[in-house]
Amino acid sequence: MKAIEVRDIVTQFGSTVIHDRISLDINQGEIYGILGESGSGKSLLMKEMNMLLEPRSGKIKVLGYDLSTITYREAQSLRQQWGILFQFGALFSSLTVAENIKLQLKEYTDISPQMCDQLVKMKISMVGLPARTGALYPSELSGGMVKRAALARALAMDPKLLFLDEPTSGLDPIGARNFDKLILELRDLLGITVVMITHDLSSIYSIIDRFCVLADKHVVAEGTLKNVLQSNHPFIERFFKNEYAQKHYDKITKKKKIKNVQ
Amino acid sequence: MNETHLKIEQHQDFIKITSFGDWTLYTEPAIDKVIREIKPQKDIVWDLSNITSFDSAGVLLFIKYLKNFKKTNSVKVIGYTEEQMRFYTLLQTHNNDDEIPSRDKNIFHRIGKETLVRYEEFTAYLNFSGHVTLSFLRYFVNPRNFRYKEMMYHIHKSGMNALLIVALTSFLVGLVISYQSSVQLAKFGAEIFIVDMAGISIARELGPMITAIVVAGRSGSAYTAQIGAMKITEEISAMRTMGFDPYYFLVLPRVFALMIALPLLIFFADIVGIMGSMFAAKMELNISYTQFINRLQEVVDAKHFWIGIIKGPIFAMLIALIGCFRGLQVSDDTESIGAQTTASVVNSIFVVIAFDALFSVLLTQWGI
Repeated sequence: MKAIEVRDIVTQFGSTVIHDRISLDINQGEIYGILGESGSGKSLLMKEMNMLLEPRSGKIKVLGYDLSTITYREAQSLRQQWGILFQFGALFSSLTVAENIKLQLKEYTDISPQMCDQLVKMKISMVGLPARTGALYPSELSGGMVKRAALARALAMDPKLLFLDEPTSGLDPIGARNFDKLILELRDLLGITVVMITHDLSSIYSIIDRFCVLADKHVVAEGTLKNVLQSNHPFIERFFKNEYAQKHYDKITKKKKIKNVQ
Repeated sequence: MNETHLKIEQHQDFIKITSFGDWTLYTEPAIDKVIREIKPQKDIVWDLSNITSFDSAGVLLFIKYLKNFKKTNSVKVIGYTEEQMRFYTLLQTHNNDDEIPSRDKNIFHRIGKETLVRYEEFTAYLNFSGHVTLSFLRYFVNPRNFRYKEMMYHIHKSGMNALLIVALTSFLVGLVISYQSSVQLAKFGAEIFIVDMAGISIARELGPMITAIVVAGRSGSAYTAQIGAMKITEEISAMRTMGFDPYYFLVLPRVFALMIALPLLIFFADIVGIMGSMFAAKMELNISYTQFINRLQEVVDAKHFWIGIIKGPIFAMLIALIGCFRGLQVSDDTESIGAQTTASVVNSIFVVIAFDALFSVLLTQWGI
């Protein structure tokens, strides 16, 4: 079953073509990465999947809904089934963290205030924040805390589909790995499909099932890490076949092997 | 009883609860209503094998009632899947009793806080004025530092581009003033005095005030929003670290630009406002344009015009300083841009009117 199908997407601003007939498939329950040079339109592709931007032509299907023919009612229901983590959090600055998380629960469901509070507390704890953070305003949070709070908000409605825009950027390495672990755990437990834009080699090596590489207006490679590494596109050469990436890769795979032996 | 989610069977020595269907955010309120009615007198067997889908709300509900039932009776849970178990464990570890502290404070706390905020604003304003004065004085040491290009840009933005709206408002104000007073003057047969009235009031009071209010709404607010947005994106911090004093680069060019632009706009507003009243006088009282202009030269002293123009730089300085000060007061959330912009416009309009009143009283006292 496909969670997202992208077919022949063209994105163009004036005479600048960003995407030239891009197609890709994201399966249900997988963690899918979108990788690419800066300016290759990763965020734009995500925006198109999130109905924030309409592609010039082409078709996107998300959880079975065709975004080009979707009705208002269907769109509203789709919006309750996904959660989106923006790169810089995009928490509503006039609301506290708890109120930010509560917003959709209050708006779309009839659950009692006590239940709502309990859910909020749980989400806050789940993303690794202490309960007192709930009372803080976004301007009172550090960068890493904003990210976690925003993830808690994205998870508020127990979404089936989670979009993450550079989830580990701006986090310390330990925090980033915990974030990866959390995403993996949520996927395993809830069967959430995760679509993430990332540059983080550790995330790519350790948690991502499949990913695509955007470059030169096209998808130049798609599939598992092994599949992608077979490509010899210059961007992939630069990104994966340098000394640093190789060393990193060896380290992570070695760890896995040791674990397997044990 | 709602049997789509829950079935309760009373047995000889236990109660069997069977959960059905979706246990999710959307069904949780309905399930809660049913499950609340269960008063366990016997041991409980809870069968979960018929649940088709669940999420954290559903599991949380389960946790809550499991805990409740366990207080009085023994509960046996059967038929759960591996997935449910893992989810249950995850939620259980995160389901602690830490409370989110409340942000609501009592009235005394709020009064105290507001007072402190006002006091801090006042000291911040003093600080700001000091900085501006010092930066200004530094020009005398190093006049080359003056940012002519920025100033010209702001004269264009706040002066040139405001011509149309200033013309429109002052024309209408001139028109309305003459139109309304012509009826009263006609009663006394003093039609020609419309010229004295309109000429003096527009040149001395209305022209400067209307222009200042338009500019406060137009440019004062823009200054706040521009500087405020720069503060949020940390552009101002970046400038500071590079050794560019924001008072040099942002505040003073705006202040001087407005001090040059506003008197010119007032001059323009005077002309258009008097044209408006000429037009109304012709329509209503049949005073010809030549007659109006001849009378205008006879009765309206140049001093009225000069008083109006002199107010220009003073109003401009107040508006620009308030606009920039409010911009620099923006803290790093989006809401404060709105709040500070509102405060900027309200403050500057009030200050303009207050200073106008002060001028009026002082000049009349001195007999000018």
